[in-house]
Amino acid sequence: MLVHSKAGRWAVWGLFGLLFLPLFALPLLVVVAASFATHWSGALPSGPTAGNYAAAVRGESLQALTTSLVTAITASLLALTVGTWAALAGAALKRRGRRLLDALFMLPVAVPSVVVGLAVLVAFSRPPVLLNGTAPIVVLAHTVLVTAFAHQSVSAAIVRLDPVYEQAAASLGARPAYVLWRVRLPLLLPSLTAAGGLCFALSMGELSATMMLYPPDWMPLPVRIFTATDRGSLFSGSAVAVVLMAATLLVLLAVSRIRTKASYR
Amino acid sequence: MPAAVPGSRQEGPAPCAGESAAASGPPEHCTGPIVDSARPVPGPALGRPSGGDGAAPSPRGAAAAPRALPRSVWALPPVAVLALLFLYPLALVVQQSLTPDGGGGAFDAYARVFGSRAFHDALGTTVWLAVGATLGCLVLGFTLALVIAFVPFPGARAVAKFIDVFLSFPSFLITLALLFLYGTVGMANGLVTEFTGAAEGPFHFLTTPWGVLLAEITYFTPFVIRPLLAAFSQLDTAQLEVAAGLGARPARIVRQVILPEALPALGAGGSLVLVMCLNEFGIVLFTGAKDVTTLPMLVYGKAILESDYPAACVVAVVNIAISVGLFGLYRVVSKRAGA
Repeated sequence: MLVHSKAGRWAVWGLFGLLFLPLFALPLLVVVAASFATHWSGALPSGPTAGNYAAAVRGESLQALTTSLVTAITASLLALTVGTWAALAGAALKRRGRRLLDALFMLPVAVPSVVVGLAVLVAFSRPPVLLNGTAPIVVLAHTVLVTAFAHQSVSAAIVRLDPVYEQAAASLGARPAYVLWRVRLPLLLPSLTAAGGLCFALSMGELSATMMLYPPDWMPLPVRIFTATDRGSLFSGSAVAVVLMAATLLVLLAVSRIRTKASYR
Repeated sequence: MPAAVPGSRQEGPAPCAGESAAASGPPEHCTGPIVDSARPVPGPALGRPSGGDGAAPSPRGAAAAPRALPRSVWALPPVAVLALLFLYPLALVVQQSLTPDGGGGAFDAYARVFGSRAFHDALGTTVWLAVGATLGCLVLGFTLALVIAFVPFPGARAVAKFIDVFLSFPSFLITLALLFLYGTVGMANGLVTEFTGAAEGPFHFLTTPWGVLLAEITYFTPFVIRPLLAAFSQLDTAQLEVAAGLGARPARIVRQVILPEALPALGAGGSLVLVMCLNEFGIVLFTGAKDVTTLPMLVYGKAILESDYPAACVVAVVNIAISVGLFGLYRVVSKRAGA
């Protein structure tokens, strides 16, 4: 407790509320409020309606939602596989090899996602692999972008893993593959699901690389929100944005439930 | 028991600070070691028998059994995937910037881009926006984290949770929200016109760089708050009590006790935010202002809108050089922050 007087504490809390609420809470509330409105010309939105949502779960928007979900789930699973594999392999390496591997897998975070999009577009618009204008190129770019986060979370968890368990298993005669499958991966499961949730959330909201390479028939939700707001339909765009937030939150919630169940093991 | 007990690797608190400073894994990781590591390790576990065939225990790092491949082989498949999907495309971008397929000599595209006014403007805008947003995030994040950690109020934990949720939303939502808050017919302008009766409100900054700056500060401040909260949770509160007992005022405690402890986390969070601001695209795109062009916007414009791929590749190479250089700095700083 830094401030001891009651008045001082209330002053600090007041300042906190004054900074926190308008900056962080209000934006999300405003998007939700706008998604139920048809006009916003005064202090508050007007013309309450649920029509924006009716449009947001139909036709092109529904297609965008399924596109986003399929892309995010596929990209997360691929990223989790590659990232976990790299993290496990890296943990067995010596110090220098591990640092090199870490740096390699962190690189996609540092490179701007727009540039990742450009690079993937340039590389796969020419032989030998032609993916330009197909759905896999979007999934591929998302995988590249989120693998770094999967690798980072899982390798942080591996460092904290107590080696006693695997050593005990190995001393009892378990082969390395069995130790990996029955001891290490179950112990890592909470961080794996957390990393998967993180990858999913990032992929659901990915706009920069997607803008560079989405084909017309594979338009994820963020692009759909952009095209809606860009031509002036802010309110239906907000409804789609709320759908995006809700879908992300639901999956994160489901993933955190898996985690609590697994941590009792 | 020999000193080098494998289990004793995890003495003290779990090394959380660096990991959360990297703003990746949710903080639930930071619940400490999975088991009490002070427990004695049974003798046979010290070595690492290669299997049940009674082979002699071999030390960690050596080949486990004659038939097994060296461990580094296992690192090859993921590295190959990364090389194919990421490094090869990146190398192609660099190659295209030097010798484009469409003809033109080496460095032609560079001369063209570096000579253009649009590039100079974009570079300047990108740098000042990123630096300004980073400074804003550091000040705001430090203030908010101080209150959450040291003047806790009922619901402070919920606020910390909310910040985590906030991080999982895409950045362009903030710009979308600001359109309703400060847009020409938004909430703020609506309030003013209702009270004063003026024809239009006073807020028109959204399509200027200031709108982007506000959105970036809003979106990226949580990336500073998280590592700061992790650092504050490791601060011994007895130090604060002692300082207060010796008569130090809160301002002095913050300056002389808390700030020195928070510097590594501030450095790590700040440099991460700097890199992310340099790379930010969604916020600028949604702002839709013609006169706010950053380097990522320029890459997008050149490649998609103008189909000028050599120029896009040149801008991309510049952007990569700045961001990767700064990110290397971030890695050094966050390592020093005590990973």
